[in-house]
Amino acid sequence: MSGVIKLFPPISDADVERLKIGDRVEITGVIYTGRDAAHKRLVDLLLVGKELPFDVRGQIIYYVGPSPASPGKAVGAAGPTTSYRMDPYAPAMIEAGLKGMIGKGLRNQEVKDAIVNYKAVYFAAIGGAGALMARAIKKAEVIAYPELGPEAVHRLEVESFPVTVVNDVHGNDLYVEGVKQYRRL
Amino acid sequence: MREISARKITAAIREMAIKANTELGEDMLNGFKKAIEKEESPIGKDILGKLILNAQIAREEKVPICQDTGFAVIFVDLGQEVHITGGSLAEAIEEGVRRGYLDGYLRKSICHPFTRENTKDNTPCVIHVEIVPGDRLKLIFAPKGGGSENMSRVTMLTPAAGVEGVKEFVVQRVKESGPNPCPPTIVGVGIGGTFEKAALLAKKALLRELGSRNPDTKLQKLEEEWLHTINNLGIGPQGLGGSTTSLAVHIEMMPCHIASLPVAVNIQCHAARHKEIEL
Repeated sequence: MSGVIKLFPPISDADVERLKIGDRVEITGVIYTGRDAAHKRLVDLLLVGKELPFDVRGQIIYYVGPSPASPGKAVGAAGPTTSYRMDPYAPAMIEAGLKGMIGKGLRNQEVKDAIVNYKAVYFAAIGGAGALMARAIKKAEVIAYPELGPEAVHRLEVESFPVTVVNDVHGNDLYVEGVKQYRRL
Repeated sequence: MREISARKITAAIREMAIKANTELGEDMLNGFKKAIEKEESPIGKDILGKLILNAQIAREEKVPICQDTGFAVIFVDLGQEVHITGGSLAEAIEEGVRRGYLDGYLRKSICHPFTRENTKDNTPCVIHVEIVPGDRLKLIFAPKGGGSENMSRVTMLTPAAGVEGVKEFVVQRVKESGPNPCPPTIVGVGIGGTFEKAALLAKKALLRELGSRNPDTKLQKLEEEWLHTINNLGIGPQGLGGSTTSLAVHIEMMPCHIASLPVAVNIQCHAARHKEIEL
């Protein structure tokens, strides 16, 4: 485990090329949220060649449906949701220029291939640590699909948002490598 | 007959919804502390420490432990000498859920299965009622997150599969789930009964305090043995590798049909939340 790498989105091919599994990364700047229902709508737009509600090129999407903000707070609890449900949509998003995804849990081979072929990265945040993760979110506003409630697309301003590289452009997977190290069966 | 008003039930459920989601139990915090001592992976130790910090922040700032404040599952032990006044039990509970999720800034996560349209107040809830002797009403509020629930399964094994077959199914379920259900988990296992009863036993097993053992010494041994095997899988905290994949295996068992061996595995993430009250 090396020191912490700082990223400021939008990020480039060169940024993701230097990331390796197990790297600890802190993100500062703007990221977007999107989960099941929003992904379906975004990819439906891509399929018919229509413009998305935000320019995904170079951006990072956080798979999260935050709990409502109490008065005086930017956001409620905001930890990652399980990523495999976004697998059917992620390759199209990556092809459209998305560079980073933040979630938790396994990705399928199509997503891993898209990460290698189009140069992207998959990060894990700590699942179930919603109160802690929310501390790094300074501002949140809904920019699309408000009728989806917690599933609406939010624009988040984050400061030193902590994540770990799980799938890198070299085709490595921290979930596979990490488990190998401690397996005793 | 002892009378309990529906209004009192609504108020109790509302309060439990908020407390269960913002105050993690001492048993879980102790479980994390013990796991840090044993965990071999430095990343794993770091994650377990952050889970303790997360619980502290949630309690102090009254923010949910996890943004997934769950499907509201309520277990009711209803004394047969109790008479509920001023409304129905189910409506009183549902109103408590509605108010708790709205007033407590909890996430509304319930939607239509096909259109995915959100019901916007986290209802309906799931209510399990058991009629028991006496004049007391016990309510347990156990919000269940979607991530770990999605990794749960029920199966009907053949009797020939035996105890080894059940173990294999349980361990395989945890292995295939990998990082998805937010390890370290608690593995609830229901054995016997019927198809739906096995699932209910598995869910009830999750209500037990962390660190408790099944009173049956043979099942105690299985709980320890299966936990040991699971923690040798190497999945670790958040699935990033390590020796703490699960904090406990809780087994609940009852007799089954001569033709069957029903088994259910209900996985609980580390945000193992429940509150109970007796009225």
